[in-house]
Amino acid sequence: MAYLEIKNFTKNFGDVEVLKGIDMQVEKGKAVSIIGPSGSGKSTLLRCINFLETPDSGVMVLDGETLLDCSKKEKRDDKTLRNKRLNFGLVFQSFNLFPQHSVFKNLTLAPTLLLKDKIKAYKKELKQNKELSFKARKSLINCFKAEQKELIEKTAEELLVKTGLTDKKNAYPCELSGGQCQRVAIARALALNPKILCFDEPTSALDPELTGEVLKVIRSLADEKHTIIIVTHEMGFAKNVSDKVVFLYQGKVEEYGDAKEVLENPKSEALKNFLSSVSEKEG
Amino acid sequence: MDFLTITQTLLEGFAVTCCLFFITLLLSLPLGLLISFCTMSKFKPLSYTFKVIVWIIRGIPLMLQLFIVYFLPGMLSKEGINIFGELDNYLYFELGINAGGALVAALIAFIINYACYFSEIFRGGIESISKGQYEAGQVLGMKKGQIFSHVVLMQVIKRIVPPMSNEIITLVKDTALARVIGVIEIIRQAEIFATKALIWPLFYTGAFYLLFVGALTLLFGFIEKKLSYFKA
Repeated sequence: MAYLEIKNFTKNFGDVEVLKGIDMQVEKGKAVSIIGPSGSGKSTLLRCINFLETPDSGVMVLDGETLLDCSKKEKRDDKTLRNKRLNFGLVFQSFNLFPQHSVFKNLTLAPTLLLKDKIKAYKKELKQNKELSFKARKSLINCFKAEQKELIEKTAEELLVKTGLTDKKNAYPCELSGGQCQRVAIARALALNPKILCFDEPTSALDPELTGEVLKVIRSLADEKHTIIIVTHEMGFAKNVSDKVVFLYQGKVEEYGDAKEVLENPKSEALKNFLSSVSEKEG
Repeated sequence: MDFLTITQTLLEGFAVTCCLFFITLLLSLPLGLLISFCTMSKFKPLSYTFKVIVWIIRGIPLMLQLFIVYFLPGMLSKEGINIFGELDNYLYFELGINAGGALVAALIAFIINYACYFSEIFRGGIESISKGQYEAGQVLGMKKGQIFSHVVLMQVIKRIVPPMSNEIITLVKDTALARVIGVIEIIRQAEIFATKALIWPLFYTGAFYLLFVGALTLLFGFIEKKLSYFKA
């Protein structure tokens, strides 16, 4: 069984059928590109995977664990959803950085907030050990806190190096270029170490000369064997970096297969048309 | 009467004005936030109830609201006892404080009135934050409360400083309305001179307001400058 298995996702917005039964697999350590004309349901699919939308029907299994099964009544409270979302990271088209926080704080905010829960759990664990005195417990907790905090900061520093943003550590998002913003957003998603990293048209809001630096970072992540799902309009990138390509057309998977094979020898009329219209645009 | 004594007397009235201003501000801000949450609630009966309340409070003159708060309890009680009037008497005879009950009534009216205006400013600010900010918080595993306090709040504050400063400056001057139920704030204090054919202290009160509003303007300018390090 594949690492991520999606079966029969459907989603309607009112009368509009956006997803009409999507099946998709992602192997561990591989990159999958989702391509297709606008309105084909690419972003909706990604949002369903990230629990930002709830599909009307379908099943999603990650690493043997059923995360979503619409045929069953599942808990949909804030806490369950949060835990499920943490399996995935999502990089938005419009970055959505937190403007009032520095680059470094953007990276460390979510991990620091999650640490609060971790500390709570650790406190509970220590309380069960009756032999520990109050003082010993307290010093253990403080130790744990300092250790974890240092870890968060170290991870953030490493991510800044990886994305080439070390000199922007204390800058604010409004002082950065679009490409730098998107690299911060990628680092922010990585800071929580998600099992699968999703990109929703990560370069569509960027000036052409800035897309390169963002694609370079994504390519390096793919080389490091991160599991990646990327919605993109960059056909060259899809062909060279991703292992598989999913072509969505009118809410259905029209073609699926090895990236080079699908993009070089399109079988369906829809994909042929789509590819020729894209290459026309690129001149 | 010389300038110094008159200034001193007016300052006594100005202390009451300041008391009205600061207490109203302190309590109407959190109440306003609460009301804005209620009007934005997905639970329709709650949101409609509060929308109607906001409509009523914003729809009738503040002066009328002062009268209602001051006189209604007396009209509703069978014995015809006005609690604020009783409080007036009690505070005067026990502690020598003039119009203490009326002050409490004025505070209640001001707090409710300003909370409703503030709630609409808060609502505008909160609803202007893009959905993407909430979603970014969600995919990073933040709780709803954390998204509000760590992501949204600061951006809302930055956006509402200009309309809030407007409203707060209006509050400074609206406190003068409290005189209609007998609160002896600065203008009422000056009117007492006017009854003795001394008119200029009435005009002199304007200087107090101007100084106070000037200080507030500087404060809001400072806050705006402090928050200019980011764009939202």
